[in-house]
Amino acid sequence: MQMTRQFPRTSLPVIAGLAIVAVFAIGDGRAISPTTEAPAGGALKGVAEFQSIADSGARSVALFTEAAKVITSPRCMNCHPATRHPKQGDTMHPHMPPINAGESGTGIAGLSCNSCHRSTNTAVPGSRVGSVPGAEHWLLAPASMAWEGLTLGGICRQIKDPARNGGRSLADIHRHMETDHLVGWAWHPGAGRRPAPGTQDVFGALIGAWIATGAECPA
Amino acid sequence: MAYSLNVNGRIHSVDVDADTPLLWVLRDVIGLTGTKFGCGVAQCGACTIHLDGHAVRSCVTTIESAGSSAIMTIEAIGSTPKGSVVQRAWLEEEVVQCGYCQSGQIMSAVALLNANAMPSDGDIDDAMSGNICRCGTYPRIRAAIKKAARGGSNTGNGG
Repeated sequence: MQMTRQFPRTSLPVIAGLAIVAVFAIGDGRAISPTTEAPAGGALKGVAEFQSIADSGARSVALFTEAAKVITSPRCMNCHPATRHPKQGDTMHPHMPPINAGESGTGIAGLSCNSCHRSTNTAVPGSRVGSVPGAEHWLLAPASMAWEGLTLGGICRQIKDPARNGGRSLADIHRHMETDHLVGWAWHPGAGRRPAPGTQDVFGALIGAWIATGAECPA
Repeated sequence: MAYSLNVNGRIHSVDVDADTPLLWVLRDVIGLTGTKFGCGVAQCGACTIHLDGHAVRSCVTTIESAGSSAIMTIEAIGSTPKGSVVQRAWLEEEVVQCGYCQSGQIMSAVALLNANAMPSDGDIDDAMSGNICRCGTYPRIRAAIKKAARGGSNTGNGG
Protein backbone atom coordinates (compact mmCIF):
# COMPACT_ATOMS: atom_id res chain seq x y z
CA MET A 1 0.00 0.00 0.00
CA GLN A 2 1.30 3.41 -0.92
CA MET A 3 1.75 5.61 2.12
CA THR A 4 1.68 9.30 1.48
CA ARG A 5 2.84 10.27 4.96
CA GLN A 6 4.64 8.52 7.73
CA PHE A 7 5.23 9.61 11.26
CA PRO A 8 7.57 10.96 12.36
CA ARG A 9 8.31 13.36 9.53
CA THR A 10 11.92 13.75 10.45
CA SER A 11 14.66 11.63 11.89
CA LEU A 12 15.90 11.64 15.46
CA PRO A 13 19.31 13.04 14.58
CA VAL A 14 17.62 15.91 12.79
CA ILE A 15 15.35 16.49 15.75
CA ALA A 16 18.25 16.34 18.13
CA GLY A 17 20.22 18.76 16.03
CA LEU A 18 17.38 21.19 15.74
CA ALA A 19 16.46 20.86 19.35
CA ILE A 20 19.92 21.40 20.66
CA VAL A 21 21.23 23.91 18.18
CA ALA A 22 18.25 26.00 17.29
CA VAL A 23 14.96 25.14 18.93
CA PHE A 24 15.52 26.61 22.30
CA ALA A 25 19.12 27.55 22.64
CA ILE A 26 20.21 31.13 22.72
CA GLY A 27 23.77 29.99 22.60
CA ASP A 28 25.37 33.09 24.01
CA GLY A 29 25.13 31.94 27.57
CA ARG A 30 23.05 34.87 28.79
CA ALA A 31 20.86 34.37 31.78
CA ILE A 32 17.26 35.35 31.15
CA SER A 33 15.54 37.04 34.05
CA PRO A 34 11.95 38.19 33.77
CA THR A 35 12.67 40.96 36.25
CA THR A 36 15.67 42.39 34.45
CA GLU A 37 15.69 46.16 33.96
CA ALA A 38 17.25 45.92 30.52
CA PRO A 39 14.98 43.61 28.50
CA ALA A 40 16.93 40.71 27.10
CA GLY A 41 14.72 40.68 24.03
CA GLY A 42 15.85 44.12 22.90
CA ALA A 43 14.70 47.67 23.29
CA LEU A 44 11.24 49.01 22.58
CA LYS A 45 10.71 52.75 22.29
CA GLY A 46 8.11 54.29 24.54
CA VAL A 47 5.17 56.39 23.36
CA ALA A 48 6.88 59.63 24.33
CA GLU A 49 9.55 59.11 21.71
CA PHE A 50 6.93 59.51 18.97
CA GLN A 51 5.47 62.82 20.14
CA SER A 52 7.75 64.74 17.79
CA ILE A 53 5.88 63.35 14.78
CA ALA A 54 3.42 66.13 14.12
CA ASP A 55 1.14 64.35 11.69
CA SER A 56 -1.26 62.15 13.67
CA GLY A 57 -1.58 59.54 10.94
CA ALA A 58 2.15 59.25 10.48
CA ARG A 59 2.58 59.03 14.24
CA SER A 60 -0.01 56.25 14.37
CA VAL A 61 1.83 54.28 11.70
CA ALA A 62 5.13 54.80 13.53
CA LEU A 63 3.60 53.64 16.81
CA PHE A 64 2.28 50.46 15.23
CA THR A 65 5.58 49.83 13.48
CA GLU A 66 7.35 50.05 16.84
CA ALA A 67 4.79 47.77 18.50
CA ALA A 68 5.25 45.35 15.64
CA LYS A 69 8.77 44.65 16.91
CA VAL A 70 6.90 42.61 19.51
CA ILE A 71 4.23 41.24 17.20
CA THR A 72 6.79 39.97 14.71
CA SER A 73 9.10 38.53 17.35
CA PRO A 74 9.41 34.75 17.40
CA ARG A 75 7.58 34.60 20.72
CA CYS A 76 4.41 35.85 19.00
CA MET A 77 4.86 34.76 15.38
CA ASN A 78 5.56 31.12 16.22
CA CYS A 79 1.96 30.67 17.35
CA HIS A 80 0.40 32.79 14.60
CA PRO A 81 1.54 30.65 11.64
CA ALA A 82 -0.03 30.45 8.21
CA THR A 83 -0.90 26.79 8.77
CA ARG A 84 -2.21 24.82 11.76
CA HIS A 85 1.35 23.78 12.54
CA PRO A 86 3.29 25.93 15.04
CA LYS A 87 6.77 27.25 14.54
CA GLN A 88 9.51 27.09 17.13
CA GLY A 89 12.66 28.78 18.32
CA ASP A 90 14.24 32.09 17.48
CA THR A 91 14.68 30.92 13.88
CA MET A 92 10.93 30.21 13.63
CA HIS A 93 11.42 26.76 12.13
CA PRO A 94 8.71 24.09 12.16
CA HIS A 95 7.87 22.80 15.62
CA MET A 96 9.62 19.61 16.63
CA PRO A 97 8.03 17.17 17.03
CA PRO A 98 5.66 17.93 14.15
CA ILE A 99 2.37 19.09 15.61
CA ASN A 100 -1.07 19.62 14.15
CA ALA A 101 -2.90 22.06 16.38
CA GLY A 102 -6.18 21.40 14.59
CA GLU A 103 -9.14 23.73 14.40
CA SER A 104 -9.23 24.13 18.16
CA GLY A 105 -5.62 25.27 18.28
CA THR A 106 -4.99 22.96 21.23
CA GLY A 107 -4.02 19.83 19.30
CA ILE A 108 -5.77 16.85 17.82
CA ALA A 109 -7.17 13.59 19.17
CA GLY A 110 -4.43 11.79 21.04
CA LEU A 111 -1.86 14.58 21.01
CA SER A 112 -2.75 17.91 22.57
CA CYS A 113 -0.48 20.87 23.17
CA ASN A 114 -0.51 20.18 26.88
CA SER A 115 1.01 16.76 26.32
CA CYS A 116 4.20 18.78 26.69
CA HIS A 117 3.20 22.38 27.43
CA ARG A 118 1.99 22.66 31.00
CA SER A 119 0.47 25.65 32.78
CA THR A 120 3.90 27.18 33.44
CA ASN A 121 7.32 26.98 31.85
CA THR A 122 8.97 23.70 32.82
CA ALA A 123 12.68 23.93 33.50
CA VAL A 124 14.80 21.14 32.08
CA PRO A 125 17.86 21.32 34.30
CA GLY A 126 21.12 20.17 32.88
CA SER A 127 19.99 20.34 29.27
CA ARG A 128 20.75 22.91 26.61
CA VAL A 129 17.04 23.14 25.94
CA GLY A 130 16.68 25.22 29.06
CA SER A 131 12.95 24.79 29.47
CA VAL A 132 9.77 23.70 27.78
CA PRO A 133 7.49 26.72 27.53
CA GLY A 134 4.04 26.70 29.06
CA ALA A 135 1.17 28.85 30.25
CA GLU A 136 -2.51 28.44 31.01
CA HIS A 137 -4.61 27.96 27.87
CA TRP A 138 -1.57 27.25 25.71
CA LEU A 139 -2.81 27.11 22.15
CA LEU A 140 -2.24 28.17 18.57
CA ALA A 141 -3.95 31.33 17.37
CA PRO A 142 -7.04 30.71 15.21
CA ALA A 143 -6.44 30.45 11.48
CA SER A 144 -8.04 33.87 10.91
CA MET A 145 -5.28 35.39 13.03
CA ALA A 146 -2.39 33.99 11.01
CA TRP A 147 0.39 36.55 10.68
CA GLU A 148 3.07 34.49 9.01
CA GLY A 149 3.69 35.76 5.50
CA LEU A 150 1.80 39.03 5.96
CA THR A 151 3.34 42.46 5.67
CA LEU A 152 3.19 44.78 8.67
CA GLY A 153 0.24 46.45 6.99
CA GLY A 154 -1.44 43.10 6.53
CA ILE A 155 -0.93 42.19 10.16
CA CYS A 156 -2.22 45.59 11.21
CA ARG A 157 -5.38 45.23 9.14
CA GLN A 158 -5.97 41.73 10.47
CA ILE A 159 -5.69 42.95 14.04
CA LYS A 160 -8.27 45.66 13.37
CA ASP A 161 -10.73 43.44 11.51
CA PRO A 162 -13.44 42.02 13.82
CA ALA A 163 -14.18 39.37 11.22
CA ARG A 164 -10.64 38.06 11.67
CA ASN A 165 -9.69 39.11 15.20
CA GLY A 166 -12.24 37.17 17.19
CA GLY A 167 -14.86 39.91 17.12
CA ARG A 168 -12.73 42.28 19.16
CA SER A 169 -13.16 46.05 19.23
CA LEU A 170 -10.07 48.22 19.27
CA ALA A 171 -10.57 48.62 23.01
CA ASP A 172 -10.63 44.84 23.31
CA ILE A 173 -7.45 44.64 21.28
CA HIS A 174 -5.75 47.15 23.56
CA ARG A 175 -6.82 45.23 26.66
CA HIS A 176 -5.73 41.94 25.13
CA MET A 177 -2.29 43.20 24.18
CA GLU A 178 -1.76 45.00 27.49
CA THR A 179 -3.07 42.46 29.98
CA ASP A 180 -3.59 38.99 28.48
CA HIS A 181 -1.43 36.46 30.27
CA LEU A 182 -0.60 34.49 27.12
CA VAL A 183 0.57 37.70 25.42
CA GLY A 184 2.51 38.43 28.61
CA TRP A 185 4.25 35.07 28.40
CA ALA A 186 6.27 36.54 25.52
CA TRP A 187 8.32 38.48 28.08
CA HIS A 188 8.70 35.50 30.41
CA PRO A 189 9.36 32.65 28.00
CA GLY A 190 11.59 30.59 30.26
CA ALA A 191 15.22 29.69 30.02
CA GLY A 192 16.54 29.03 26.55
CA ARG A 193 14.55 31.48 24.47
CA ARG A 194 14.75 35.22 23.95
CA PRO A 195 11.90 37.35 25.32
CA ALA A 196 9.96 39.79 23.17
CA PRO A 197 11.43 43.30 23.02
CA GLY A 198 10.69 45.78 25.80
CA THR A 199 7.98 45.03 28.31
CA GLN A 200 4.27 44.30 28.10
CA ASP A 201 3.56 47.68 29.71
CA VAL A 202 5.46 49.57 27.01
CA PHE A 203 3.90 47.39 24.32
CA GLY A 204 0.42 47.98 25.70
CA ALA A 205 1.02 51.72 25.83
CA LEU A 206 2.18 51.72 22.20
CA ILE A 207 -0.96 49.87 21.13
CA GLY A 208 -3.09 52.28 23.15
CA ALA A 209 -1.42 55.29 21.56
CA TRP A 210 -1.72 53.70 18.11
CA ILE A 211 -5.47 53.34 18.61
CA ALA A 212 -5.76 56.86 20.04
CA THR A 213 -4.12 58.27 16.92
CA GLY A 214 -6.54 56.55 14.58
CA ALA A 215 -5.12 53.03 14.41
CA GLU A 216 -3.53 53.77 11.08
CA CYS A 217 -1.75 50.93 9.32
CA PRO A 218 1.48 50.84 7.35
CA ALA A 219 1.01 50.37 3.63
CA MET B 1 7.72 17.89 49.79
CA ALA B 2 5.16 15.15 50.33
CA TYR B 3 2.85 14.13 47.50
CA SER B 4 0.17 11.51 47.21
CA LEU B 5 -0.01 10.08 43.72
CA ASN B 6 -2.70 7.92 42.17
CA VAL B 7 -0.68 5.63 39.92
CA ASN B 8 -2.44 2.78 38.17
CA GLY B 9 -5.20 2.89 40.74
CA ARG B 10 -2.91 2.70 43.75
CA ILE B 11 -1.99 5.56 46.05
CA HIS B 12 1.72 6.18 46.46
CA SER B 13 3.16 8.62 48.99
CA VAL B 14 6.40 10.19 47.84
CA ASP B 15 8.63 12.92 49.18
CA VAL B 16 10.35 14.79 46.34
CA ASP B 17 10.97 18.33 45.18
CA ALA B 18 8.03 20.03 43.47
CA ASP B 19 9.88 20.30 40.17
CA THR B 20 10.78 16.62 40.00
CA PRO B 21 9.65 15.15 36.67
CA LEU B 22 7.02 12.46 36.98
CA LEU B 23 9.29 10.17 34.99
CA TRP B 24 11.86 10.23 37.76
CA VAL B 25 9.23 9.65 40.41
CA LEU B 26 7.74 6.71 38.55
CA ARG B 27 11.04 5.03 37.79
CA ASP B 28 13.33 5.96 40.67
CA VAL B 29 10.95 6.41 43.59
CA ILE B 30 8.01 4.12 42.90
CA GLY B 31 9.97 1.61 40.87
CA LEU B 32 7.79 1.44 37.78
CA THR B 33 10.50 1.20 35.15
CA GLY B 34 8.32 0.38 32.14
CA THR B 35 8.18 4.07 31.26
CA LYS B 36 11.44 4.93 29.52
CA PHE B 37 13.79 7.89 29.48
CA GLY B 38 14.60 8.85 25.91
CA CYS B 39 15.57 12.46 25.31
CA GLY B 40 14.43 14.18 28.49
CA VAL B 41 13.12 17.18 26.56
CA ALA B 42 9.77 16.03 25.14
CA GLN B 43 11.19 15.32 21.71
CA CYS B 44 10.93 11.54 21.47
CA GLY B 45 7.84 10.30 23.34
CA ALA B 46 9.48 7.32 25.07
CA CYS B 47 8.27 8.60 28.45
CA THR B 48 4.61 8.94 27.48
CA ILE B 49 2.11 8.19 30.24
CA HIS B 50 -1.55 9.11 30.75
CA LEU B 51 -2.82 11.83 33.02
CA ASP B 52 -6.57 11.46 33.35
CA GLY B 53 -6.49 9.49 30.11
CA HIS B 54 -4.54 12.05 28.11
CA ALA B 55 -1.06 11.34 26.79
CA VAL B 56 1.65 13.46 28.38
CA ARG B 57 5.43 13.38 28.31
CA SER B 58 6.42 12.51 31.84
CA CYS B 59 9.97 13.81 31.41
CA VAL B 60 8.71 17.41 31.28
CA THR B 61 5.70 17.04 33.55
CA THR B 62 6.59 18.00 37.08
CA ILE B 63 4.97 16.24 39.99
CA GLU B 64 3.53 19.58 41.03
CA SER B 65 1.81 20.13 37.69
CA ALA B 66 0.30 16.65 37.79
CA GLY B 67 -1.85 17.67 40.73
CA SER B 68 -4.40 15.04 41.65
CA SER B 69 -4.68 13.59 38.16
CA ALA B 70 -5.01 9.84 37.76
CA ILE B 71 -1.72 8.55 36.40
CA MET B 72 -1.55 5.46 34.23
CA THR B 73 1.61 3.82 32.98
CA ILE B 74 2.47 0.99 30.64
CA GLU B 75 2.40 -1.43 33.57
CA ALA B 76 -1.39 -1.08 33.85
CA ILE B 77 -2.59 -0.09 30.41
CA GLY B 78 -3.25 -3.73 29.54
CA SER B 79 -5.89 -3.84 32.24
CA THR B 80 -8.04 -1.36 30.31
CA PRO B 81 -10.27 -2.61 27.48
CA LYS B 82 -8.60 -0.43 24.85
CA GLY B 83 -5.12 -1.05 26.19
CA SER B 84 -5.65 -4.78 26.11
CA VAL B 85 -6.75 -4.69 22.48
CA VAL B 86 -3.80 -2.49 21.55
CA GLN B 87 -1.27 -4.73 23.24
CA ARG B 88 -2.73 -7.81 21.55
CA ALA B 89 -2.59 -6.08 18.18
CA TRP B 90 1.02 -5.11 18.91
CA LEU B 91 1.92 -8.73 19.48
CA GLU B 92 0.00 -10.02 16.48
CA GLU B 93 1.58 -7.46 14.16
CA GLU B 94 4.99 -8.14 15.72
CA VAL B 95 5.52 -4.43 16.03
CA VAL B 96 8.44 -4.44 18.42
CA GLN B 97 12.04 -4.56 17.29
CA CYS B 98 14.40 -3.31 20.00
CA GLY B 99 11.42 -2.26 22.08
CA TYR B 100 12.81 0.77 23.86
CA CYS B 101 10.24 3.25 22.55
CA GLN B 102 7.32 0.86 22.55
CA SER B 103 5.83 1.63 25.95
CA GLY B 104 5.52 5.24 24.87
CA GLN B 105 4.17 4.20 21.48
CA ILE B 106 1.48 2.05 23.09
CA MET B 107 0.48 4.76 25.57
CA SER B 108 0.11 7.25 22.72
CA ALA B 109 -1.78 4.74 20.61
CA VAL B 110 -4.27 4.05 23.38
CA ALA B 111 -4.76 7.77 23.99
CA LEU B 112 -5.43 8.19 20.27
CA LEU B 113 -7.97 5.39 20.15
CA ASN B 114 -9.69 6.64 23.28
CA ALA B 115 -10.18 9.99 21.55
CA ASN B 116 -10.70 8.73 18.00
CA ALA B 117 -12.01 5.19 17.73
CA MET B 118 -11.37 4.81 14.00
CA PRO B 119 -8.41 7.00 13.04
CA SER B 120 -7.36 7.56 9.45
CA ASP B 121 -3.75 7.37 8.32
CA GLY B 122 -3.53 11.14 8.74
CA ASP B 123 -5.01 10.98 12.23
CA ILE B 124 -2.44 8.35 13.19
CA ASP B 125 0.40 10.39 11.72
CA ASP B 126 -0.71 13.50 13.59
CA ALA B 127 -1.17 11.79 16.93
CA MET B 128 1.93 9.60 16.77
CA SER B 129 4.35 12.07 15.21
CA GLY B 130 5.88 12.83 18.61
CA ASN B 131 6.86 9.22 19.23
CA ILE B 132 10.17 8.34 17.67
CA CYS B 133 11.24 4.78 16.82
CA ARG B 134 14.89 4.31 15.93
CA CYS B 135 14.08 0.87 14.52
CA GLY B 136 11.59 2.34 12.07
CA THR B 137 8.63 0.22 13.10
CA TYR B 138 6.17 2.88 11.98
CA PRO B 139 4.35 0.81 9.33
CA ARG B 140 3.76 -1.96 11.88
CA ILE B 141 2.68 0.56 14.52
CA ARG B 142 0.15 1.98 12.08
CA ALA B 143 -1.06 -1.52 11.18
CA ALA B 144 -1.45 -2.42 14.84
CA ILE B 145 -3.39 0.75 15.60
CA LYS B 146 -5.72 0.03 12.70
CA LYS B 147 -6.13 -3.56 13.84
CA ALA B 148 -6.89 -2.40 17.37
CA ALA B 149 -9.39 0.12 16.02
CA ARG B 150 -11.22 -2.74 14.35
CA GLY B 151 -11.20 -4.60 17.63
CA GLY B 152 -8.35 -6.86 16.64
CA SER B 153 -9.65 -8.29 13.36
CA ASN B 154 -7.36 -8.94 10.44
CA THR B 155 -9.51 -7.10 7.88
CA GLY B 156 -7.45 -4.73 5.77
CA ASN B 157 -3.71 -4.35 5.75
CA GLY B 158 -3.45 -1.28 7.92
CA GLY B 159 -0.38 -0.12 6.12
